[in-house]
Amino acid sequence: MDFIFKPFPWYLSGVLIGAVMLLLIYMGKNFGMSSNLRTLCSVFGGGKYSGFFRFDWKAQRWNLLVVLGAMIGGFIAVHFLSDGSGVNLNPETVAQLGRMNIDAPEGKLLPDAIFGMENAFTPKGLLILLGGGFLVGFGARYAGGCTSGHAISGISNLQLPSVIAVIGFFLGGLLMSHFILPLIF
Amino acid sequence: MKFIKFLLVGIFFGIVLTKSEAVSWYRIYEMFHFQSFHMYGIIMVAIGTGVMGIQVYKRKKMKNTEGEIIRIPDKDKGITRYLLGGILFGLGWALAGACPGPMYILFGAGFWSMGIVIVGALAGTFAYGLLKDKLPH
Repeated sequence: MDFIFKPFPWYLSGVLIGAVMLLLIYMGKNFGMSSNLRTLCSVFGGGKYSGFFRFDWKAQRWNLLVVLGAMIGGFIAVHFLSDGSGVNLNPETVAQLGRMNIDAPEGKLLPDAIFGMENAFTPKGLLILLGGGFLVGFGARYAGGCTSGHAISGISNLQLPSVIAVIGFFLGGLLMSHFILPLIF
Repeated sequence: MKFIKFLLVGIFFGIVLTKSEAVSWYRIYEMFHFQSFHMYGIIMVAIGTGVMGIQVYKRKKMKNTEGEIIRIPDKDKGITRYLLGGILFGLGWALAGACPGPMYILFGAGFWSMGIVIVGALAGTFAYGLLKDKLPH
């Protein structure tokens, strides 16, 4: 049972993520994480401002439960199923990050330079986190899905629109990672 | 109680995504710099598993737990919304290092600054709702 404390290899991870999608379809639902953001906007009264948020959000309660479960799962995995041996990056990646003054993982999932409380609440930190989140939220709804809805579910169902969306994900990601991040850090 | 299965699927998903390190900002950076096969392996195997499973569902005309034959609606045709929306999403994904699933997972795991990203994502979703009819789709 020792493997449970080690990072999962990519092939196991891939099969299990595919299984989550298949399981949700078997339960008569679908695998889509970003639609919960729309549901939450609706729960918080967004329907007063846009018809986009006037829908029967109660029919989406099952998906909010998936989110609640995912949060619990994250807590369990980080606090009880990790031995701190994870996130073994390519040394070249670590060196590159070092040149931007972004700390090496050393077992951490997230860099303190961005997510540490002392950095997150500076004007620059807030702008990165709020801005990054804003782009993800806006872009996911504009494209009609995110990694789960397009990259995994859509392509698994051989949908051309999902292939276009994923090409977009990578164009945006490459632009940010190669050209904009070095300007920020 | 019929809802408990969704909570359980969520817990499983949260554990898998954390243990796979797909929730890690570092892994996303590494992926966009083509410095590791890890994320590509995960995504490709997940899609391969998904393609095979969905083909089995369709060819055997399997029924879901509600007793209906499984049908997955096609995505609407188009290019503009998928490409533009996708690019905006990708910019955010590489900056915050988290797509919507990992945001919730990491917040639940106690990375509280991820709450700021979630607030941003809600604001982005809300802004899309306001601007939807003015955008090209």
